[in-house]
Amino acid sequence: MSLAAAESYPDELQYHSEHDWARIEGDEATLGITWFAQDALGELVHYEAPEEGAEISKGSSYGEVESVKAVSDVIAPLSGVIVEVNAKVVGEPETVNEDPYGEGWLVRIRLSDASEADDLMDAAAYKSFVDEQ
Amino acid sequence: MKLIYERSQEGRRASSLPPNDLPVPEIPEELRRDRPPRLPELAEPELVRHFTKISTRTFGIDTGFYPLGSCTMKHNPRVNERVVNLPGFRDLHPLQEEEGSQGALELMWRLQEILAEVAGLPAVSLQPAAGSQGELTGLMLMRAYFADRGEAETRRKIVIPDTAHGTNPASVTMGGYEVTPVKTDPRGNIDVEDLRTKVDEGTAGLMLTNPSTLGLFDESIEQITRIFHEAGALMYYDGANLNAVCGISRPGDMGFDIVHFNLHKTFSQPHGGGGPGGGPIAVRERLEPFLPVPAIVRDGEEAFRLDYDRPKTIGKVRGFCGPFGVFVRSYAYIRAYGPGLREMSEVAVLNANYMLARLKDAYELPFDRLCMHEFVLSARGLKREHGITALDVAKRLMDYDFHPPTIYFPLVVPEALMIEPTETEAKETLDEFVDAMLEIARDAAERPELLKEAPHNRPVGRVDEVKAAKRAVVRYLFEDHPDLSKEPASGRELEVQKGA
Amino acid sequence: MSFLSLTERDREEMLATIGVDSIEELFRDIPEGVRFDRELDLEPALSEQEIVAHLEELAAKNVDTGRELSFLGAGIYDHYVPAVVDTVLSRGELLTAYTPYQPEMSQGVLQAIFEYQTAVCELTGMDVSNASGYDGTTVAADACYVAKHVTGRSRVVVAETLNPQVRQVVKTYAPGFGLEVVEVPHRGGVTDPDELAAAARDAACVIFQQPNFFGCLEPAPDLAAAANDAGALPVAHVDPVSLGVLEAPGAYGCALAIGEGQAAGNYQSYGGPHYGFMAARSDYVRRMPGRIVGETTDVEGRRAYVLTLQTREQHIRREKATSNITTNQTLLALAGLVHLSWLGPQGLKEQGETCMALAAYAKERLDLPLAFPDQTTFKEFAIRVGRPAEDAIRAAREQGVHPGYALKRDYAGMEDALLVCVTEKRTRSDIDRLAEMLAA
Repeated sequence: MSLAAAESYPDELQYHSEHDWARIEGDEATLGITWFAQDALGELVHYEAPEEGAEISKGSSYGEVESVKAVSDVIAPLSGVIVEVNAKVVGEPETVNEDPYGEGWLVRIRLSDASEADDLMDAAAYKSFVDEQ
Repeated sequence: MKLIYERSQEGRRASSLPPNDLPVPEIPEELRRDRPPRLPELAEPELVRHFTKISTRTFGIDTGFYPLGSCTMKHNPRVNERVVNLPGFRDLHPLQEEEGSQGALELMWRLQEILAEVAGLPAVSLQPAAGSQGELTGLMLMRAYFADRGEAETRRKIVIPDTAHGTNPASVTMGGYEVTPVKTDPRGNIDVEDLRTKVDEGTAGLMLTNPSTLGLFDESIEQITRIFHEAGALMYYDGANLNAVCGISRPGDMGFDIVHFNLHKTFSQPHGGGGPGGGPIAVRERLEPFLPVPAIVRDGEEAFRLDYDRPKTIGKVRGFCGPFGVFVRSYAYIRAYGPGLREMSEVAVLNANYMLARLKDAYELPFDRLCMHEFVLSARGLKREHGITALDVAKRLMDYDFHPPTIYFPLVVPEALMIEPTETEAKETLDEFVDAMLEIARDAAERPELLKEAPHNRPVGRVDEVKAAKRAVVRYLFEDHPDLSKEPASGRELEVQKGA
Repeated sequence: MSFLSLTERDREEMLATIGVDSIEELFRDIPEGVRFDRELDLEPALSEQEIVAHLEELAAKNVDTGRELSFLGAGIYDHYVPAVVDTVLSRGELLTAYTPYQPEMSQGVLQAIFEYQTAVCELTGMDVSNASGYDGTTVAADACYVAKHVTGRSRVVVAETLNPQVRQVVKTYAPGFGLEVVEVPHRGGVTDPDELAAAARDAACVIFQQPNFFGCLEPAPDLAAAANDAGALPVAHVDPVSLGVLEAPGAYGCALAIGEGQAAGNYQSYGGPHYGFMAARSDYVRRMPGRIVGETTDVEGRRAYVLTLQTREQHIRREKATSNITTNQTLLALAGLVHLSWLGPQGLKEQGETCMALAAYAKERLDLPLAFPDQTTFKEFAIRVGRPAEDAIRAAREQGVHPGYALKRDYAGMEDALLVCVTEKRTRSDIDRLAEMLAA
């Protein structure tokens, strides 16, 4: 039995209103979906990942995650080029439910426009955003 | 219960075929099958028992009340099964010459005439195999119509309300169009102000179910028609809910240009565990040239023929003339009512309103109006107060030997329960169901575990859909077949099922 | 006659509970302007007995295969349907259930679909089958939609020997899918693999039929290889009755196997309802259209069946769905399962062999020029009758024999060609009678 994570929105991440997070490190960023998103979907059964080397653009879909009752586009919080897809999540999608900000990351990208991060929310802003949902 | 493959014994069989003493021609080696398909091997007694058991583990309208919203689960008259099995229909080859199939052609022609009258539109094609295919055919007609007017490139958008069945947007994409969603207003009608901002010279048409999936007749229908026709766009009527308005209000008179019928809903083709259906369409004169071929026409008083000479036709959407056996049943059904089809719809609406009146204090009613042939309740209150969901209510209804209603649809209503009794049920049945629903609402407060653990009397309890999706065991694998009972259950709460 | 249960008293009580005075009042939300203000102009209601009499009269105007010795095939076949099929299909629970959305209520039909999927996979050598498509034409259009999404390409190739109705339906669907359709002509009754290879470049899929519309055996493994080499999905349109003797499409590299199921367990019924089947390699499971049943367990760990991978479908994925199909052909597919279970592997093989043997006997006995003399055929073959085919048909029908299908309806230059079909229901003396007719 997989254990669902408890609700949290780590301070060191930045958030997009489509319930995606970004961890920016230099000119790269790791992306994933938030606790709120995985909770709304339920246990994930499939991750349709992008190809490595693909270009993704902020606000557009770069992949899909599925539970048995819903399918959701994964929206890029930032633009860039995919440098790595999380193979663990491809094989065991429920990893996202267990650890959405750690082992359950979805892709790593090389940023094409670092200034885009200025529009993202910090943890406090995102938390009050989800409270209104 | 064992799978039929698990009952098999090598060398056993049910079939006997006439002996062949003629030489069998040689098949070239690379085309010849060496490894036989592992089909079941049973003698007839075991074969009959297996499928009898399969049937007893299936709940149909014949078993009990089946108020599956939007699916119109009405009684299927037995006389229809008798007539569809007449050899003149059952054993008729579809490529038989026209003079050898006059009875079939006449029946189809008569059905076309009837459907035209019910729709209030002059031209009919019976060909589409089901409602979804009727939708797609309608979109193909729009495309051909606008291409003929030189507007195919500019008119790209189809407007669909947020209450629509999923088939509507899926059909739009398959038809090469784009979806423009429109909102629902607080009375459950299309939000006309939102609509005005979305219809322009780039709009090809509207797809609308009326009454809607909320079971409500759109009070703004005349305004909506005006908006589309003034923009030069077409109106498509999804006939999923036509059972509410036969002889009461006709789609053609509402302003629709294309209509599909669901013969398996309104006109009682048995649902067959998922199908077959029938999805004929009726259209206005200006769309007739584009209808699928062949058209079924009458030459003079007595002779009927297939007409392929339609230069502007979209082509064919299915083999031959469509699902003929479905036409036989639906034709027989309609002939039983005649003009009394109106009473059929009236009673469907009466039954639904009666149940609604008895249930609306125990469950939330998102739109407090009279309903048409079905209504949508919400279990939102039960969820908030007792943690009981629409799914729990549905599962508990099984303990009373009722098939649950459609749940979690339409999407605009949280914890939706969509109930469609149909006209054929007795008042006592409606009362028993209502009493069960009321008791469930009380139990939600007093004995919630009873609902959470339901159903209690079925061959299986709630099933692990996550495991099904992850393991994707979609056929029997013989000696390699996994024993899923030895694998751990998935972590989350077992998931929801939807209808429609 | 009507099928209503309410008495006058019921109606009055119910209206009172609702709080309205009349049924008309229930329709007050319908605007005046769109209310229908007259009676439907339909013929008066009939009693059950009158309905039977009326439909018997219509049925009697048809010449069915019980009244005429028929050699018509061309996609719909007069094979024997065993009594057990009728028995199972008349079970009210199966007849009157709908799509098994609630698995606890529907384990029977779910298990039957799972068994059907298994049978289709066994016949075709594939990994996954859906619960059925509408018929043998629409599953070809479905295959094109799968191929478009898998390959990202926008052209489909169909062999000219593919059933003309199937090609017509593919062409009708193609514009909406954004697909162009290219046909590869036949050479002496079959498709040339080199020609197909050239056409398959940049194509999403290649659809061919085995045995083809003329009854001839295509060089199917070579055609599949030609498609695979070009990166196009090979799609085989197959006759289930042939798959006891002919190789399974999965064994020669096809991506998808599709077909018309009628020949296995359905009556001719003037063209429908029947079932289309569609099976695929597991790579394409997430692109499959339609219902799929999967095995799982319930809360107690007991084996259970449920509709699965539903995120492909229209009710969840809406405009991005793999298909719009909802109502399918489950009851007819169930008939297919029962029929194939009745036959078993040995029965299916015998049936195929009997058809081939009788057809070979007919070829010899008719003693007319074959349209494609170099080809091996299955249960159908094309002959030249030396006069317009419709004349031969008319003359034979006057004597109570339908000799076959006029190929000129679909193929230029075949004015005198007749496609003759011989199933296991025809006997040697039936064939002798046909020979007399065509010799006359």
